[in-house]
Amino acid sequence: MARTILPFGPQHPVLPEPLHLKLTIENETVVEALPTLGYVHRGLEKLCEIRDFNQMIQIVERVCGICSCLHALCYCEGVEQIMGVEVPRRAKYLRTIWGELHRMHSHLLWLGLFADAFGFESLFMQFWRIRERIMDIMEATCGNRVVVSVNVIGGVRRDLSPEQCQWIEEQLAISEKELKQLSDTILSDYTVKKRTVGVGVLTKEQAYQLGAAGPTLRGSGWAQDVRQTGYAAFGELGFEPIVEYGCDSYARSAVRFRETLQSIDLVRLAIARMPAGETAADVAGAMEDDTPKPVSAGERRDIMQAYNRDKRHRFVTAPPPNLDLPAGHVAAKVKGKPDGEAVTRVEQPRGELLYYIKGNGSKNMERVRIRTPTFANIPPLLAMLPGCELADVPVIVLSIDPCISCTER
Amino acid sequence: MLETLPLSLDAVRDVAKECFDDGWRLVTMSANQIDDAHFDVIYHYDKDLTMKHYRLTVPKETVVPSISPVYFAALLVENEIRDQFGICFSDIVLDFGGALYLEEEVRAMPFCKVSVAQKQS
Amino acid sequence: MFNMTKNVVTNLLTKSSTRLYPIAVRGHFEGFRGTLVCNVDECIFCRSCMIKCPSQCITVDNKAGTWACDAMACVYCGVCVDVCPTSCLSMTKEHRPVATEHQTIFLQGVPKKKKKDEAAAE
Repeated sequence: MARTILPFGPQHPVLPEPLHLKLTIENETVVEALPTLGYVHRGLEKLCEIRDFNQMIQIVERVCGICSCLHALCYCEGVEQIMGVEVPRRAKYLRTIWGELHRMHSHLLWLGLFADAFGFESLFMQFWRIRERIMDIMEATCGNRVVVSVNVIGGVRRDLSPEQCQWIEEQLAISEKELKQLSDTILSDYTVKKRTVGVGVLTKEQAYQLGAAGPTLRGSGWAQDVRQTGYAAFGELGFEPIVEYGCDSYARSAVRFRETLQSIDLVRLAIARMPAGETAADVAGAMEDDTPKPVSAGERRDIMQAYNRDKRHRFVTAPPPNLDLPAGHVAAKVKGKPDGEAVTRVEQPRGELLYYIKGNGSKNMERVRIRTPTFANIPPLLAMLPGCELADVPVIVLSIDPCISCTER
Repeated sequence: MLETLPLSLDAVRDVAKECFDDGWRLVTMSANQIDDAHFDVIYHYDKDLTMKHYRLTVPKETVVPSISPVYFAALLVENEIRDQFGICFSDIVLDFGGALYLEEEVRAMPFCKVSVAQKQS
Repeated sequence: MFNMTKNVVTNLLTKSSTRLYPIAVRGHFEGFRGTLVCNVDECIFCRSCMIKCPSQCITVDNKAGTWACDAMACVYCGVCVDVCPTSCLSMTKEHRPVATEHQTIFLQGVPKKKKKDEAAAE
């Protein structure tokens, strides 16, 4: 039978980011899939050579917008390991709370996109509406919706007041109620199941051998989640991973849906058990006198204009509640430079994230190597595609929750 | 600090085979330039959430045997290391030939601190 | 059909879940990192913000006494606000408005005299 080669992407309605797949098809069936990457490669790892190790926090946060907090958390834990810093317990709990909020908003975003991929736009809208509430929590507590920038080496930059904790719990209660209303649709609707059950099968053995990570792995029956290793405060929260045994797109979406509900519980638990105390520890590593050099004034700064603050920008309503902010930002004092190697792992919404960092005793890191979960999930994707219908390709590609800017960095 | 097991060039594929049969999962590989002429390649394996790391130190312009025939998942990271550091791997199951991220006309290896020219495996 | 009736009635009786945008604008929460503001009178031109800034958008000249920020390169992380020793940097909760041309915040202050200069002046 004649074979046709069909390009899928880099621009495709279901793909928020550019990934190219060269699909060899026979009639309507995919026979082979070959990936092409490199459309959004930015070389962020290389920046560790010119930015100091504190500035790298803001850079690694921008590896992936959706899971920015967890990238910074992983990086900070690595540097703390090298420098031998013990993070205060309250900071660990705060990191957990913000990390879980990130997981919720990422999963809700994905559930919406997934619904959109099989043409269920009303469900897409409902999930994103719930997500907006989570984004509000993030904005009220961290100061930004997505790139929260709360982690620093030695702790966190912001604290939660009791009023804020209470407000978060109220918001989460509403979100939980709304989510449970949607569970019937995403988990047992006939049309949804028709598009997802039995599509993109990744057997249990394949998932493990091909190095799948996160919900892709857990959707194939493996109870493996890096949160079980107990980073941040997970060791004290009695975490149990969520597993589905369907091995298909439906199982993966069910894992994500149930994880969203589980994250709500984890945030509640963390808030309830959060101890009082410091939010950041002072850091003292290997001391070395290395006065930072000022940056050279670039050409873009030559054009200097007087900045007039615009008076047009006024808000008619002020819906957010006026919360008492804890006094002042708590910034840790970081002294010394990291010298040594560390490998740290955290569980991102998409799966296991690995950082290998190496410091050489100067203010720049020698190497920051980032292995993101989508990078691990592309080989399983290549194993899922052969044998499927062409019309199912968007659903299968989306079922691994591809984040291409993560993958290429 | 990071505890690593030493690995020699001949044993790369045997160790990978051993780990594979023993139920270890390849998490990833990391490359790093240690001085002008030497590179570190670290293999990270994982089993039940415990990790072990094998460190392979190679002089530049060494062709490292690919472990992708054993672990299919290694193909992307081996191509990436080829792109970033110019360390060539022999027999990758899906060889992008140094063009995973880079364009074909790029000759300098972006992650190397000294310039290493692209060469064919 | 009767499953839907409950939803229809609820939707009719509750108010709209969206905002009528130009009339009702969503504000920002307290502590939102909106616009970077520098009170240049209190600035001692220590250059901490310039050194710590991850996006290197701040330029401080301690001789001329100028503080400048490339507003379009700023990533609004708030690190400069944390490190400022005199708390002259702050962030307001309003966004910087959309601009059609490149904007730079340029502030001229009084440079801090060195102690020996002061002694010489006396």
